[in-house]
Amino acid sequence: MTVELGQISLLAALLTAFVLGLLPMIGTYTGNRRFIAVSTSASLLQCLLVIISFGILTAAFVFQDFSVEYVARNSNSLLPMGYRYSAVWSAHEGSLLLWELILTIWIAAVALFSKRLPEVFRARVLAVLGWISVGFLLFILLTSNPFGRLIPSAAEGLDLNPLLQDFGLIVHPPLLYMGYVGFSVAFAFAVAALLGGEVSRDWVRWSRPWTLVAWAFLTIGIALGSWWAYYELGWGGYWFWDPVENASFMPWLVGTALIHSQAVTEKRGAFGNWTLLLALSTFSLSLLGTFLVRSGVLTSVHAFASDPTRGIFILAYLGVVVGGSLTLYAARAPKMIQGGGFAGVSRETFLLVNNLVFAVLAAMVLTGTLYPLLIDALGAGKISVGPPYFGLLFTWLLIPIVLALPIGIYSRWQQDSSGRLSGMLRWPFLISLMVGTGVWIMQPAIGFVSAAGVTGGAWVIVGSLFYVGHLLKKKSSLRIPASVLAMTLAHVGMGVFLIGLSMTSTLSTEKHLRMDAGDKYEMAGYTFEFLGTSIVRGPNYTADQGEFVVTRNDREVTRLYPQKREYAQRGNTMTEAAIDPGFTRDLYVSLGEPLDQNGQAWAVRIYHKPFIRWIWLGAIFIMSGGFLAAANKRYRRKMTVKQPATAKTREVTAS
Amino acid sequence: MSRIFPLLGFALLVVLLVVGLKIADRKTNLPSPLIDKPVPAFDLPVLASPEQRVSKESLLGKPYLVNFWGSWCVTCRAEHPVVTELAKRNAVYIVGMNFRDETEDAMAWLKRWGNPYDVSLSDFDGRVSIDFGVYAAPETFLVDPSGTIVFKQLGQLTWEVVENEILPRVASMESGN
Repeated sequence: MTVELGQISLLAALLTAFVLGLLPMIGTYTGNRRFIAVSTSASLLQCLLVIISFGILTAAFVFQDFSVEYVARNSNSLLPMGYRYSAVWSAHEGSLLLWELILTIWIAAVALFSKRLPEVFRARVLAVLGWISVGFLLFILLTSNPFGRLIPSAAEGLDLNPLLQDFGLIVHPPLLYMGYVGFSVAFAFAVAALLGGEVSRDWVRWSRPWTLVAWAFLTIGIALGSWWAYYELGWGGYWFWDPVENASFMPWLVGTALIHSQAVTEKRGAFGNWTLLLALSTFSLSLLGTFLVRSGVLTSVHAFASDPTRGIFILAYLGVVVGGSLTLYAARAPKMIQGGGFAGVSRETFLLVNNLVFAVLAAMVLTGTLYPLLIDALGAGKISVGPPYFGLLFTWLLIPIVLALPIGIYSRWQQDSSGRLSGMLRWPFLISLMVGTGVWIMQPAIGFVSAAGVTGGAWVIVGSLFYVGHLLKKKSSLRIPASVLAMTLAHVGMGVFLIGLSMTSTLSTEKHLRMDAGDKYEMAGYTFEFLGTSIVRGPNYTADQGEFVVTRNDREVTRLYPQKREYAQRGNTMTEAAIDPGFTRDLYVSLGEPLDQNGQAWAVRIYHKPFIRWIWLGAIFIMSGGFLAAANKRYRRKMTVKQPATAKTREVTAS
Repeated sequence: MSRIFPLLGFALLVVLLVVGLKIADRKTNLPSPLIDKPVPAFDLPVLASPEQRVSKESLLGKPYLVNFWGSWCVTCRAEHPVVTELAKRNAVYIVGMNFRDETEDAMAWLKRWGNPYDVSLSDFDGRVSIDFGVYAAPETFLVDPSGTIVFKQLGQLTWEVVENEILPRVASMESGN
């Protein structure tokens, strides 16, 4: 009976979402204050109902109710307790429910923490979010119900895909969705601003903290996904440009452009329409990503079965949300043009470079992701666009961003002189050039492109840190504004990421070889000795576990225990790589296939990956910068409309 | 005017996605261009005794299953129990197509995990696998007595596929003869 309660609860949430979408919206046009006031209670009630529904599905996993089809397909009585929680979102239906759960949490957060906003504007934001939720709930209930029963009930479950039995899976999807779905708030703010017509640029200031938080979550979500692929897939790669990854990367790129253009619009009023468009696009790309991943349009034949009905539904949903908002934009946006001009050398110009490049990058990733589909649609055969296309593209497009970044930080709004800027940036420029050249001389194998990447990373880091020093000197007090700290943190993270990327892309070494017990292999100054394998038993698998002693200059560095696991229920084998992480290098060993009968000779892969940690370290910095910027006190002040109150607001207050 | 461009761009995108959905639909209906086409020609040495050869012609007249595998292939190992179970039932003649593999490795693999195949052929340079359009192991083809491919399984064979797709087809071929 209980899982049916979950479904009923979800239906109730759908009704609540309808009310949330309808009544407050009507209220803002008719001036009915009671209708407007519904927005808060409906938002909170909806969130509660979805939490109940999600909780019931989780309970079905924890207590192993194999009469529920979704549970029977994705769990097993031997599944460890921790994974029973994460198994909830391991497949299609549950991950949609998680998506919805996070959406309603965001909506509830907006309802709770935006009391300072003008009443009408806030009601419209919540109503728009209500409609987004209606669409998603319909999608779940009509095409992907996780509460379906299995008749007759299964005695035993099929088990969770072993790839997903991992800490990474527990945390990666929720964080990623926090980002993805969080952009719906910026979207709703933009739509509400368009509906209001005359709200001008205030909406940008109001939506900034929400956008920053969503963006920070997306940053760490993507980084965790990449880290998970690195240690779990067993081939040492950390980014594969596959459609699923691109789907999360596109909103990040446009989101990055958005947080920068918001700054311009808030401070200077320029780029107003552009900011609107970016806010609409960011969430649209999140939805497009969901469509691409869930419809089977781009997944390969080897992936999970696709379901065209689901595809049609998401496409229709996408059409309504994106098409509707862009139509609104086409109709209303011109009225909102405002803001002053700016000179060729000014902070606006450099932020424009940022915006253009990030938008172009996103467009290129979109093209690369959809290109195989286009070729297929034209009947010209099947192709796939891989790392060569994306790699080349990013190398070239990163150049203008990296060059412009420090200059943009130093430059003044509206107008600046190139003489002043070059004077101030002389030292960061020389230092970064020295760092890059130094690395190149010490490690000639790095090559020109990567050496240039290290120089660029150093340029961004040194330039950012010098700016803090510059402020301290100028102000002669030790207090740096939190916003500058946040910006510096994120930009330093970008530099750290760049250095890690450049170092690891050309200095990594890898070797696939056959090793018998007792064999030794030397790589990058480390000696890897294979001691042989033994059988290890886990809760729901048995594994061949290899033991490697790694020594350097005859001193033991570490012992590594890579595993080859066999999961009993589904009969799949999994490679569990062993990694010795380090600040300047990772040592990575994974077991391939046994090459003789008694299991003493194995195919082994050994990797030495310098500076790979810096990639994720950079992402952590970037994320922290985002959260710090969102926490800025200035966003918590009373949010008033700077322009004279709109006609509609007056109407409401009068009634 | 420019404010309408985003909408137009999106409309184009939607058209592309609709076409994409249609294609995805077709993909699930028509899994391989080789279905209902004759088996590609092959003439390969037997794995254990290379002086013997088996060709497409010598297999005509009975339904058979061609299972592409390699000792380097993790999924083949996972699939192995299903093939073994199918072999036990003696329902259909199974040809193991060992491709891009060293003979010793392949023999060791069969010795370690058991040999379910009625005959194992060695496609050392993978040429036959290319003719079959195999791009990842394992892949399995069901061939009817006239030498026509009637079913193809991409990736791991599951018992569900054996019961729902392969055995009924084999049964209908035998009753038809």
